Amino acid sequence: MEKIIRIQSRTVVLDIDNVDTDQIIPARYLTTTGRDGLGEAAFHDWRYAKSGELNPDFVLNHAENRGRTILIAGDNFGCGSSREHAPWALLDIGLKAVISTSIADIFRNNSLKNGFVPVVIDEKPHRWLLANPGAEIAIDLEQAQVELPDGPPCPFEIDRFARYCLMNGVDQLGYLLQQSDRISAWEASH
Amino acid sequence: MPEQTLLSKIWDAHEVVPETPDTPAVLYIDLHLVHEVTTPQAFDVLRASGLPVRRPDRTLATMDHSTPTEPASTLEELEKVALPAAAAQVRAMIENCEEFGVELRGLDSPERGIVHVVGPEQGATWPGHTVVCGDSHTSTHGAFGALAFGIGTTEVGHVLATQCLLQRRPGALAVNVSGRLGPGVTSKDLILAIIRKLGVGGGTGRVLQYRGETIRALTMEQRMTMCNMSIEAGARAGMVAPDDTAYEWLYGRPMAPAGAEWDAALAGWRELEDRGHAEFEGEVSLDAGQLRPMVTYGTNPGMSAQIDEPVPGSGVPAIDKALAYMGVEPGKPLQGREVDIVFLGSCTNSRMSDLRSAAELMRGRRVADSVRMLVVPGSQIVKREAEAEGLHEVFLSAGAEWREAGCSMCIGMNGDTVGAGKLCVSTSNRNFEGRQGPGARTVLASPLTAAASAIRGRVADPRELMDG
Ligand code: SF4
Repeated sequence: MEKIIRIQSRTVVLDIDNVDTDQIIPARYLTTTGRDGLGEAAFHDWRYAKSGELNPDFVLNHAENRGRTILIAGDNFGCGSSREHAPWALLDIGLKAVISTSIADIFRNNSLKNGFVPVVIDEKPHRWLLANPGAEIAIDLEQAQVELPDGPPCPFEIDRFARYCLMNGVDQLGYLLQQSDRISAWEASH
Repeated sequence: MPEQTLLSKIWDAHEVVPETPDTPAVLYIDLHLVHEVTTPQAFDVLRASGLPVRRPDRTLATMDHSTPTEPASTLEELEKVALPAAAAQVRAMIENCEEFGVELRGLDSPERGIVHVVGPEQGATWPGHTVVCGDSHTSTHGAFGALAFGIGTTEVGHVLATQCLLQRRPGALAVNVSGRLGPGVTSKDLILAIIRKLGVGGGTGRVLQYRGETIRALTMEQRMTMCNMSIEAGARAGMVAPDDTAYEWLYGRPMAPAGAEWDAALAGWRELEDRGHAEFEGEVSLDAGQLRPMVTYGTNPGMSAQIDEPVPGSGVPAIDKALAYMGVEPGKPLQGREVDIVFLGSCTNSRMSDLRSAAELMRGRRVADSVRMLVVPGSQIVKREAEAEGLHEVFLSAGAEWREAGCSMCIGMNGDTVGAGKLCVSTSNRNFEGRQGPGARTVLASPLTAAASAIRGRVADPRELMDG
């Protein structure tokens, strides 16, 4: 996995609370057996009008947002299903991180496993970010802080192990496999 | 010393390697449920690394999500009725299970069904177990006093390869329920009321434990309905401490312990019972005696109201957006709103008691001409049992469709969809935009409310149609 130390970008703001995984990728696109090319389905029913044309009102379709990698979303982002297709789809459209005041558990776990960085910050800086689309910011994993254009950086909590894995490109399956002897011993004693 | 919470007891008993500030726990998983949608990429990882499935005997596989509910007992038959991509996914599931030596309750199996119906039905879910599945409604199994939660596909791969997961211990929140559910009010209404109270993110990072006299009086199927929807409050899992109701359900089921093993297991389970002294991170309380049937009016499961209660008026942007999507008038009750489709099914409400209660209301009545009603049993076993009782005839003669087991209209990916702009009263668990197909409008409700709405052709209070 790619190592992630720092993500710097202008922001894309999706000021909607409780964005669920059925919006991030509708279920009808889950019949795939692969994990590539899901970007086409990302936010599909918001990105496209019924006619199949791009919906010009949806933020991710705005020309100035092309190439931007940090999404600022409303509270409780990623609620709903366990589909890992959600972070796969977001990565496939070029996003690398999401910042919110809360992020649903399974979505957060799935994101961390794929190098999509979920960041939870306090309400105050979050409000500022929502109000200032396109702000140039950075997510620094080493310092566990979000750097804003002005003012002091705002710290965020991230599980130490998850951060280590992101920063060193560690595949967690490898780590688990190293515990095989202990797993065998546990099985033998239960 | 305070009693440990059920969560802590189960957690401590499954830590292969305890957690430290730097590393999460290595948690042993007793039961891994797998289905066709969230596994192909995980099997690919095993294949690419030359890894076997560590414990096929702890892996229970079935097919439900993209599998159509039209009859098909072979792949050839399935390819005629399924969407092409769905058929390919089903084929991949069959091939993967064969290659990795996992027994599959597949197309021709009399035990196939929705993964969260099949597990308990087989007696695979035990008190004190850790249970996971690449599906967020794995929380269902918490009804047995298990720690059961949904995982993503990468973690499915971890469990297939190592039977373990890397996890941090979540907190536990007590949900205390008192009072008796009135006639026509079900555990579905109760859980919708709890989600409304907690909010759709209120349980994030925590496990809900449902407690109190009301919960004790519920059957296992009613408890499953509640635990099933814990995830809709954002909770990692939901659970009920085990008791005689749970043991009675399990006794004699194919995968439950038997003979001397039963006695030993039972002694262990009794240690998990709730003695009422555990300390929780937080507690919320609810009086079930005050509840009326609940319906959702918006686009997440927290947007609900009692059936005759006005939905919110306009003014809050998120509510306005939801009401506009739903085509629901602000400030008026949902009761009386015209209905196009009624769906009775899903891992929330597709078990025998759900079908029975709906059938009882529908016996001798007809589905309104303007309504299409789909009844989809949760498993092939439920289907046969319902047919033995003649429930299918009640539904069919009322004008409803009677299908093979599967997720069906709960999730628009198997051919069963509601249609854009149509309003569906559904016994499932999610009313997100497009959940039941692009543009579909979902009203979550109990099987009783669904049945009453089918008959009336409008969102209806089941109590109006009940005897007495
Ligand atoms: S019935 Fe619905 S919620 Fe349950 S497992 Fe199937 S798709 Fe998921």
